[in-house]
Amino acid sequence: MSPAATAATATRVLEQLRHDPRTVAMIIAVPTVLLVVLRYVFDGQVATFDRIAPPMLGLIPFVTMFIVTSVAMLRERTSGTLERLMSTPIRKLELLAGYAVAFGVMTLAQVVVVATITLGPLGADSERPLGLVAIAVLSGLLGMTLGLFVSAFARSEFQAVQFMPMFVLPQFLICGLFVPRDRMAAVLEWASYAAPLTYVYDAVERVASPGALGTAFWLDTAVLVGVLALALVLGSVTLRRRTD
Amino acid sequence: MPASPKTAVAIRGLTVVRGGSVVLPDLSADVAAGSVTGLLGPSGSGKSTLMRAIVGVQRIASGTVEVLGLPAGDAAVRARVGYVTQAASVYDDLTVVENLRYFARVLSVPANEVDRAVTAVGLEHHEGRMVRTLSGGERGRVSLAAALLPRPEVLIMDEPTVGLDPVLRRQLWDTFHSLAGDGVALLVSSHVMEEAAECDTLLLMRDGHIIASEAPATLLARTGTAGVGEAFLALIGEKEATA
Repeated sequence: MSPAATAATATRVLEQLRHDPRTVAMIIAVPTVLLVVLRYVFDGQVATFDRIAPPMLGLIPFVTMFIVTSVAMLRERTSGTLERLMSTPIRKLELLAGYAVAFGVMTLAQVVVVATITLGPLGADSERPLGLVAIAVLSGLLGMTLGLFVSAFARSEFQAVQFMPMFVLPQFLICGLFVPRDRMAAVLEWASYAAPLTYVYDAVERVASPGALGTAFWLDTAVLVGVLALALVLGSVTLRRRTD
Repeated sequence: MPASPKTAVAIRGLTVVRGGSVVLPDLSADVAAGSVTGLLGPSGSGKSTLMRAIVGVQRIASGTVEVLGLPAGDAAVRARVGYVTQAASVYDDLTVVENLRYFARVLSVPANEVDRAVTAVGLEHHEGRMVRTLSGGERGRVSLAAALLPRPEVLIMDEPTVGLDPVLRRQLWDTFHSLAGDGVALLVSSHVMEEAAECDTLLLMRDGHIIASEAPATLLARTGTAGVGEAFLALIGEKEATA
């Protein structure tokens, strides 16, 4: 691994974002506005808002980074720049690590702003705010690696954006946010174990609640890191140096 | 057949199958160092596929492609080969200089080489412009500048002069000739037969076959024609008469 190629790629992706301030503004403002709306949707049941705000903080970066990365990677494939890079000495993991660093920075910016508003003026509580931020960034990176992987199966940007409702919304429904998982139909409960977002939800729940973190939290985190590594490897397999 | 020391690219029995159909059937050809080789043929004749095989991004069914004595696409040879795709492969949402700085860092090329590459393609006054705002020809030149960054020993260019005004085309050909003078092996594809006059050697391509491989003057003398377009037709006629 050469840190130079990774640093160069991270800088390049951040430069691209800098030239697109509207996207950056939306990445940060959209979830903030949504949480404000959510707070006043539950104006009569503030306790419910307090319960779901931390999980939302954890789940949002996953969704954002999934979409942004799947489109960014698709562009890299269709513009010929990926083919150019594959004809240079850069290694696939160096390229992906560069993306991870840049989108990690972007996720951190998003999470810090959204968490500050949610835990501050909106009055939600989290036992360990820094732990919550850490899990949310991990969740963003996980969304990024999965977006990267699925982008290999999209032929157009239309298809790429459809992967969000296809892969992410079902996970949202069964991860435990709406209904505790043991109260869903058995099939869905089993399915929830296979959904990465379930572990994000669980980890955020535990980090935001009082009491010791316990082994269950570390198990959740280990699963997240494992899935992230797996998705990164699968993603790098889809970056073929030789194509038809 | 062992490659002579002057041979930069040696292709032997290359077969490429794409989507069930044979695009390149058993093709053999050489590209010499220190010269400009023109790859001429109509659109769809397999020029781009052949070029992709040389830079090592094309999946091949059989045969060998050796570049500078190493298998095409080998990690050790990738930094020594420049590749200009037909469509400009640069980032639209970055400036000219940001694009080149990125590729320079990926290629471990010192940052001051960026200025040299910009000058070589005549984009001195557009360094700070977003690539998205450039014309098609200008974008192509950014792509070319990126390929020139590592001072490649082999330069593979897919239709680099398409859509350029005559003055710029002249300037680029001068650049190509001076690179050849420095020992670089250049392979330039074109579907415009007039560009043949700029080349030291021609590879005429049709339906995945190389139908001629010789210097332009030799080709014209052999076919008794006045231009490469005519020679191309004569060769096709000859082939169909013998078939």
